[in-house]
Amino acid sequence: MTLLHVDAVDVHYGDFQALFTLSLSLEEGQTLAVIGANGAGKSTLMKTIAGLMVPSQGSVTFDGRDVTRLPSHRRVPLGIALTPEGRRIFPSLTVEENLMVGAHVKRKGPWNLEAVYEAFPLVADRRDRLGFNLSGGEQQAVAIGRALMSNPRVLLLDEVSLGLAPVVIEDIYAALPRIMEQGTTVLLVEQDVNHALKVASRVQCLLEGRTVLEGPADALTRDQIASAYFGI
Amino acid sequence: MEWLNAILQGTLLGGLYALLAAGLSLMFGVMRIVNLAHGVLAVLAAYLGVILTTAFHIPAFATLVIVVPLMFGVGWLIQMGLLNLSIVRGGLAPILVTFGLAVVLTNLLQEVFTADFRSIQAGSIATDSIQINDQISIGVFPLLTFVVGVLVIIALQVFLSRTRSGRAMRASSDDKDAAQLMGIDNRRIYALATGIAIATVGLAGVFLGIRTQFSPTYGDVTLIFAFEAVIIGGLGSLWGTLLGGVVLGIAQAVGAQVNPAYGVLFGHLVFLAILAFRPTGLLPKAVNA
Repeated sequence: MTLLHVDAVDVHYGDFQALFTLSLSLEEGQTLAVIGANGAGKSTLMKTIAGLMVPSQGSVTFDGRDVTRLPSHRRVPLGIALTPEGRRIFPSLTVEENLMVGAHVKRKGPWNLEAVYEAFPLVADRRDRLGFNLSGGEQQAVAIGRALMSNPRVLLLDEVSLGLAPVVIEDIYAALPRIMEQGTTVLLVEQDVNHALKVASRVQCLLEGRTVLEGPADALTRDQIASAYFGI
Repeated sequence: MEWLNAILQGTLLGGLYALLAAGLSLMFGVMRIVNLAHGVLAVLAAYLGVILTTAFHIPAFATLVIVVPLMFGVGWLIQMGLLNLSIVRGGLAPILVTFGLAVVLTNLLQEVFTADFRSIQAGSIATDSIQINDQISIGVFPLLTFVVGVLVIIALQVFLSRTRSGRAMRASSDDKDAAQLMGIDNRRIYALATGIAIATVGLAGVFLGIRTQFSPTYGDVTLIFAFEAVIIGGLGSLWGTLLGGVVLGIAQAVGAQVNPAYGVLFGHLVFLAILAFRPTGLLPKAVNA
């Protein structure tokens, strides 16, 4: 069953057009990786799904409901959660308070403080620390935990690995299968193609605001992906 | 002994300033709005107290049951109707709106109640005192005001750190876009913050009205004292606001001890000294988001 459907959206920043009649479909329980170089429109797509940007053309449908014009804070109760680019941890709140704010909408589901601490032992160790005092990797783990606290049906992960040390990236990716086991649908945006391919069941590659390649992760060859990624 | 007395009376006066300033501090902390209508809203609450005690014969302290929820509603409406619209324009817009509101309200009060001085009659409690020794005695009402001021600060602090809405307020203050991604409706959270802030100023206004004579323009000086308490304590910190109120109260009482005409002047001088030598205030917020 299609959980999320983005239908031919155009998205603009002022005069600049970031997405061109872009479509995306996500089945319940699936993991889709959206890959592409800098400026391909990946983060814009995520913001459009989360409700931070409104498309000038096209529509976004979630679980059969048109949410194109629904503000982002009203999409969270429906089950859409975004870990934003740059993580955006609340600096003056402790890690535990950050997680509790994540549960603001009180959606029922498998995720609570204990479940997040179990999935991310690093977060459990830092629970009393202020968001202000976290390293990049710690922030990313808290950001994912915080998004999970709303028990989303679809989790949007924007640039999980950006700016993190390789060993930290491994840790964070190690926690993803656990999230998917809970039946959470994951939409992953990555520049790091290797990591994306490891966890995703499908891949969609963007270039300058358009889809240039899509298919099952195991059916696409390196060469196909490389040429789509760089547009050669 | 006179000086000790001045410090004691100043501390108690500081409780009133802290009570007046708490809402100002909360609104700035959550929304970065400097509410210039804060003083006149305290005076509005004081006039409500006058109406309820004189026309409806409700005891002075019992008016709080009506005034505080009413002022909460006023705050909610101001935020939903005016400030949420201006806040998206950023910068000076909300300050100008609160300035305009202050002018309109002051003139409205003058139109309705005239420029005569009034006060809320609370009976003997307003003048009762506790004799400590032959030179020092503490007024029951100032002591009560101080205790209420401290309790309000504690209650706000507990609300902000322990409740779901309080956490949402702090999250929204740190990063309102990220808060929105958590499902927090910033406009409602702001309305709640302003509602609470104006409810506390309603409480403060009734105490002010019992303590002193006031007229519609009394809001100006009220705003200045509340503002000084917030700045002395440190912007965005409620404990700082309590400390700032007490420091301001002591400065005024000690000044008045030096010369009865110097009280307010000493308060301003301490305020200016803090601005010059410690502009972040005595207890600044630990994290500046």
